[in-house]
Amino acid sequence: MFDYLDYVREKNLPHIWCSGCGDGIVLKSLIRSLKKLGIPKDETVMVSGIGCSSRTPGYVDINTLHTTHGRAIAFATGVKLASPKLHVIVVTGDGDATAIGGNHYIHGARRNIDLTVLLYNNYIYGMTGGQVSPTTPRGKFASTAPFGNLEPSFNIAGLAQAAGASFVALGDVYHVQQLDKLITAAIQKKGFSVVEILSPCPTAYGRRNKLANPVDLMNWLKDNVITKDKLDKMGEDERAGKVASGVLWDVEKPEFTAEYDKLIERLKGEKQAKG
Amino acid sequence: MRTPPGVLIFLPFDAKERFTGARASARGAFRSTKETATLSKTPTGKIVMMQGNDACAEGAIWAGCRFFAGYPITPSSEIAEYLVRKLPKVGGKFIQMEDEIAAMGAIIGASLTGAKVLTATSGPGFSLKQENLGHAVMAEVPCVVVDVQRGGPSTGTPTLPAQMDMQQARWGSHGDHGVIALTASSAQEMFEQTIHAFNLAETYMTPVILLFDEIVGHMTERMVLPEKDGVTIVNRKQPSVPPDKYLPYATGEDGIPVLANFGTGYRYNVTGLCHDETGFPTNDAKKIEANILHLTDKIERHRADIMRWKTFQLEDATVCVFAYGGVARSARRAVKECREAGIKVGLFEPTTIWPFPAEAILDVAGRVKAFVCAEMNLGQMAREVELAAKCRAEIHRVNRVDGDPITPKQIIDRVKEVV
Repeated sequence: MFDYLDYVREKNLPHIWCSGCGDGIVLKSLIRSLKKLGIPKDETVMVSGIGCSSRTPGYVDINTLHTTHGRAIAFATGVKLASPKLHVIVVTGDGDATAIGGNHYIHGARRNIDLTVLLYNNYIYGMTGGQVSPTTPRGKFASTAPFGNLEPSFNIAGLAQAAGASFVALGDVYHVQQLDKLITAAIQKKGFSVVEILSPCPTAYGRRNKLANPVDLMNWLKDNVITKDKLDKMGEDERAGKVASGVLWDVEKPEFTAEYDKLIERLKGEKQAKG
Repeated sequence: MRTPPGVLIFLPFDAKERFTGARASARGAFRSTKETATLSKTPTGKIVMMQGNDACAEGAIWAGCRFFAGYPITPSSEIAEYLVRKLPKVGGKFIQMEDEIAAMGAIIGASLTGAKVLTATSGPGFSLKQENLGHAVMAEVPCVVVDVQRGGPSTGTPTLPAQMDMQQARWGSHGDHGVIALTASSAQEMFEQTIHAFNLAETYMTPVILLFDEIVGHMTERMVLPEKDGVTIVNRKQPSVPPDKYLPYATGEDGIPVLANFGTGYRYNVTGLCHDETGFPTNDAKKIEANILHLTDKIERHRADIMRWKTFQLEDATVCVFAYGGVARSARRAVKECREAGIKVGLFEPTTIWPFPAEAILDVAGRVKAFVCAEMNLGQMAREVELAAKCRAEIHRVNRVDGDPITPKQIIDRVKEVV
């Protein structure tokens, strides 16, 4: 039987997440992926920012770094560039990565540094009590959008693709087998990889938007998150309000730390040639 | 529980049992062992012409720095431009990040893998770095942050010198904590202080701030690159216990934690949250208090080892000029000219700004009539001199914030008024 405790810091349980939160489902999916890939725990580093999702590292028995709000990708860039042999996984949220940390998100993607970014999207600032986030849909309610959100929301997977990421996928906490595959593929990919994971929040988002029951949220994911292939075959009317899942973007391009190592080798060669 | 460190910070000489009874010997000890202790007076080695910023960058290489992350800003950019060429040749890494905040984050991440790390900036960038500087303080990650000061607030005077970040270095990041900050008044000292900063960061597991200024940073002058084997280099400790016995934030007798390099088999948690010795967050009031007291105590209890200053013609002086950085050069000239005119003036130049050498200032205050504090700000360090002198000497100021350097004549004129 699969033993999650091999990868869990058991003494830190129970976790802080609310009942009905999807973040624990992502954690288990990540553990299955790490175990499947057989990456040594000592060579894996998890870096997070601030927020509900960013509390994940505390529960995982690897090298873990809990940083400042929005800055996880910046810290992770330092870890990876200084020590490219380490597998670096960034755990972040919609507010963390695309509001306060938006600059690091796009530049990490542009640089195409080999980080695996698991971006939990719950459409809200959960830990601070339900304020509107860059991904809160227009018209939905939040503690700082009491009359309905006036602002359009971000397509955060599309943002990573446009900024230069080499791998972009979208999964959710209902379609868990698919999520396992996406996280595994993202870790294996050499380059900046993003998995946007819809992990809805019944407490801070659901209660304000007539989705307080976690089962309703799960059913929403079940009905509305459709694989990209399937969605492409659907008619215009059917596609309205649906979210495309699966691997959305996957290309090969030079990875930053590998390019840097090549530079070091090149300079070494030039020095030797000079004598 | 150790004595709360506040006693030492705010009332250095009210701890009577420490200083009153044994004042003569305590003062003597400070005077004889600490003055000019690290800054070599006549180094021997290769003579070169070097700009201060380049000397800082070269010092970083000598200290073992193998990772730099930065963001372009005048007047510090030469440090990045020097290291981008040099680092890959010694197997090190350079990265220009998307902003100052990211640069500070990147060096913390790199440091946790065991690299010695540097970033360099100026006032506006230093403001941005405060957030992650606080993380490095809380997580006890060694790193060196250079601030080649220009005028502020805001964009201020990008190409002109100032010394307006002295107090920001102490209190810029939120929350109570100890800070180490050093300064330098020549290219030679920028080289040596940079090496010293890395040694202090590795010894005390803390960020160390180098408060330089545009005058010295952009000055090209003669300096001596010492013999390699004559330079002391400190490397951070690594755990001596097996991973199952390892507590990352447990402090030994010296009060300093031992952080294992990531990837070496010690899997632990680093966080900016209040934490206990395991490194995991805590809400236990006692543990929170211990965490916060520790962050000040670990610097304050070693303040006698950290503080350095230089004096010039101070032994029989009736007026003490207090100056540092680029201004110390004018002050030295002013002292010479005053002495030629028969005025008994000396110079006190702190090379450690934080922790502030309050004990040494009090010692001087008992021997002189007045201090003349010359600074390119509105008296940021004069405040500290005034606090430290405890009304035993008058405090006078020479301030300049128009972007021009303080001249020897300005200092001489003030000294003459005071005398």
